[in-house]
Amino acid sequence: MRDVAIVGVGLSRWGEVWDASLRTLWTEAALAALDDAGLDRVDSITVGSMTPGLFVGQEHLGALLADELGMAGVPATRVESACASGGVALKVGFAEVAAGLADIVLVTGVEKMTDVSGDECTAALAAAADAELEVFYGATFPGLYAMMARAHMARWGTTREQLAMVAVKNHRHGALNPHAQYRQEITVKDVIEAAKVAEPLTILDCSPITDGAAALVLAEIGVARKLAKGRPIVRVAGVGQATDRIALQSRADLTTLPATTLAAQRAFKMADKGPADVHLAEVHDCFTIAEIVVVEALGLCKPGEGGCQASSGRTALGGELPVNPSGGLKSKGHPVGATGVAQAVEITTQLRGAAGKRQVKGARVGLTQNMGGTGASTVVHILEVAS
Amino acid sequence: MSTLNPARVAREFPSRYRLEAARCDACGAVSFPPRLVCPSCRGRKFKVVPLQPEGKVLTWTVIHVGPSSHKHEVPYALAVVELADGVRITCQIADVDPAQVAAGMPVRLEFRRIQEDGEAGVIAYGHKAVPA
Repeated sequence: MRDVAIVGVGLSRWGEVWDASLRTLWTEAALAALDDAGLDRVDSITVGSMTPGLFVGQEHLGALLADELGMAGVPATRVESACASGGVALKVGFAEVAAGLADIVLVTGVEKMTDVSGDECTAALAAAADAELEVFYGATFPGLYAMMARAHMARWGTTREQLAMVAVKNHRHGALNPHAQYRQEITVKDVIEAAKVAEPLTILDCSPITDGAAALVLAEIGVARKLAKGRPIVRVAGVGQATDRIALQSRADLTTLPATTLAAQRAFKMADKGPADVHLAEVHDCFTIAEIVVVEALGLCKPGEGGCQASSGRTALGGELPVNPSGGLKSKGHPVGATGVAQAVEITTQLRGAAGKRQVKGARVGLTQNMGGTGASTVVHILEVAS
Repeated sequence: MSTLNPARVAREFPSRYRLEAARCDACGAVSFPPRLVCPSCRGRKFKVVPLQPEGKVLTWTVIHVGPSSHKHEVPYALAVVELADGVRITCQIADVDPAQVAAGMPVRLEFRRIQEDGEAGVIAYGHKAVPA
């Protein structure tokens, strides 16, 4: 297997971008990544997108977007794995370069979520849950994560305030990120007293609806060294993916995420590293409870201690192990198919030392964790500064 | 977008109307609804068995922002319920103040209307749990 590096990163505008279509957002991100890499050609394109058919009535994104970039002829493939679509698009692009099918791959993710009503958006996202066993009976994603939260609180004594602290921390980080959708800081009281969505979660426990796209250029490491221009080379050291039973009800333990644990074990093994080697992480905080359960599942803290990670400051910028320095899904925004790619954009930026006010000092190894549904699909990547 | 296509709804009648489950011949695990492969042992032979309708709440939420199909019911309690034979289902807890629902609460499944497709379309039935 060949070594693979990230040689270009790019983001489109993020937020409620009324004046840009899916294809415009995607092209903004793709051009930014190509310009960052100093390239005008690629061998292959992958596109992570959860459900453009439901959001904008457009499928067949591979050909559409290659065409949009003036690159008709280049092989281009859409990858779908619910909210993990972007992370899996990165895995597929990695595999193409590692296997020698391509030397340079443009890895992208995109979602255009605000062209539909709130009800239609809820229905589109709910399509990642079990349609017959969960959604039919009135389940929503906030509701499913709320049930995980209640179970975690009952088993480990996790508190309402600890949930809120995840949002408070991530908004504090996002306030330092010029790219974040919500750049205002919030308080624990703001979170707890906000409009109820699914008890105990309020609207401020939930990531927002976001339009956006993200892109990476991957290259074989020899090609990457020629393109480095004096910047640190960021190598994809580990890749791991796993699945779980899709319906929350089918999990033996409602307070853990076994697919995240499995994916992390696979990625760590490939990278010949462990949780203690990680300097920072971008994880899938679609809801506050998600970050708590995920840091436990990744082995970044002990089982049951996820609740105190944000409240103790350990996972805040300046802490021992910053988690979601970008602001995470909560503050930076969550255009679902783009999120997994955007996480790798953030880690690459951090490993290059180019993250400005939110820079994690001395960062040389970073982790991304991107999941779909209530965790039935997870993909983990470990990125490091190549020597 | 309604998902209440008549054939799709009718296909679920055995499990939703009669609580039919499947017991794996190889390992004895009960699957609900029935499926072709046992998730515990990958066995492929099953016997149809009736689901035991009594159980208890494992975890729950009260939904305040509902999907369009259930918007008229908010706030409603939704739970993962574990039934006597170990099967778990996701359903609403009805006939109780949502604020009174708690983990460990004994419940029993009842046959109830779940969704309808407008005033003239398909009405889909299934189960809700009520305090036992």
